[in-house]
Amino acid sequence: MIVSPEVVVQPLAAVIDFPFSGGYVWSITYVSLYVSLIAVTLSTLFGVPVAIGMAFSEFPGRQFVKSVINTGMGFPSVVVGLAVLFLVSNQGPLGSMNLVFTREAMIISQFVLATPPITAISLASISGVSDRVRDAAHVLGGTRLDVALVVLKEARYGIATAILAGFGRAISEVGSVLIVGGNITGADGISKTRTLTTAIQLEARQGQYETAMILGAILLVLVLVINAIVIRFGDQGVGR
Amino acid sequence: MGVQRRRFLAGLGAGATAITAGCLQFGGDTDGPAVAGETLTLTTTTSTYDTGLLDEIHPDFEGMYGVSVDAVAQGTGAALESARNGDSDVVMVHARGLEDDFMRNGYGVNRRDLMFNDFVIVGPEGDPAGIQGMGSATEALTAIAEAGVTFVSRGDNSGTHTKELNLWEAAEGEPGGDWYQETGSGMGEALNIANQQGAYTLSDRGTFLSRRSDSDLVILVQGPIKDGAEILANPYGVIAVNPAIHDNANYDLAMAYIGWLTSPGVQDAISNYKRNGEQLFYPEAISENPNFQQYVPEGWNSDSSE
Repeated sequence: MIVSPEVVVQPLAAVIDFPFSGGYVWSITYVSLYVSLIAVTLSTLFGVPVAIGMAFSEFPGRQFVKSVINTGMGFPSVVVGLAVLFLVSNQGPLGSMNLVFTREAMIISQFVLATPPITAISLASISGVSDRVRDAAHVLGGTRLDVALVVLKEARYGIATAILAGFGRAISEVGSVLIVGGNITGADGISKTRTLTTAIQLEARQGQYETAMILGAILLVLVLVINAIVIRFGDQGVGR
Repeated sequence: MGVQRRRFLAGLGAGATAITAGCLQFGGDTDGPAVAGETLTLTTTTSTYDTGLLDEIHPDFEGMYGVSVDAVAQGTGAALESARNGDSDVVMVHARGLEDDFMRNGYGVNRRDLMFNDFVIVGPEGDPAGIQGMGSATEALTAIAEAGVTFVSRGDNSGTHTKELNLWEAAEGEPGGDWYQETGSGMGEALNIANQQGAYTLSDRGTFLSRRSDSDLVILVQGPIKDGAEILANPYGVIAVNPAIHDNANYDLAMAYIGWLTSPGVQDAISNYKRNGEQLFYPEAISENPNFQQYVPEGWNSDSSE
């Protein structure tokens, strides 16, 4: 039932070629994907191990860390953007790296935004694996590592959901990337730090609601395609 | 010695140009001007950016120096704040009072008058407050306030918002009450909101003209371009960030940019830029009569003890 991406994108391309010049839409889509995918990859590499560590260990303050992570899920992106701006601004601690108004700064803020949902949902799904599974693995003579691997295998859908949630937050986010990225397009119409969401914001600011809606549709299709790919990937994992 | 060096550089530049002909920004060290390959960060206002003027004229500058210009559209207040933090190299804004503060505090140097257009008061065709054709913008605002008809304010510390507040101050009226709505949005959005509600608002002429086709709002009080009130003038200035305060500011390129913007060719290009057949900006940088006030905060003179 999954519609092939070409079928969806092709007629859209015919429509969007009208209000926008050639490479513009592709370049903002590319920047959206580039920033979000790198940020989510980094968040996953950081958040999932943290979730695993927390799920398989007990330490004082564990509950506190958990509530900090859960709070992070609801953190307003504009505030994250401001905090990252202070960090990367030329007056800030990372000022010498000249990161303000770059994709790297956008990746930092997306990382901050995507890590809490990825960590929290991974932790919940790992913790949610039935104790009977753990006990069974243990009884069958598994070492601690074996038990952990079994639990992780059981929790993989939950972790995939966590990554998708993080990706969803990153790619649909507008407040922080606008502040730290600056929504820049070169004079040739090729995006430097403009994403689909900040382009939508720009069109809306100018009152061009129709073109904003077209870009919104592209964003929606993009998220659908990514979700389909990840779910497909997960199913193949089961087949093996 | 200096001449020899220049000749050597010229030869080097010519050779490099021949080798890399057709390549853009390749080998920034030897190709063309010393700034080649660098990036100029310009913070500017939404009203300049949204008209498309910068996209129209910037390729010329980028090609001339082999650089790229990163234009960040913010409100005038935010654009100056970015420059204050050293996050941009040059600012192009339209709120003289804020520009003067910026210069007095040492953050900006070498201000130039760039261009101007004007503000207009727009509203529904029915004109419930009866301000049509008023010669005075402040009287018009007073009439709107007395009639209690909805007025949409940008409310975003932009140049337009600053101008609006100055007008209220001049009208000796406190904007307030149910009829006064701060939207915190850009000019296009504010015009849409005003259109939806049959409200009045203050708009720069450029944005209003470019949005006119899908709006029922009409110009009720003209600015100086159409012989209206002088107080509605909307001058744009360009200021380099002071490299003594922010040593990372790309001062060379900022000054090249200001020089280029205020050159006859680009001033012509600004005056020729049209949208929907209407001229949006009027160049102001070139004049036979020197206007020394453009370089310093308004009212500054060398006798004052600053």
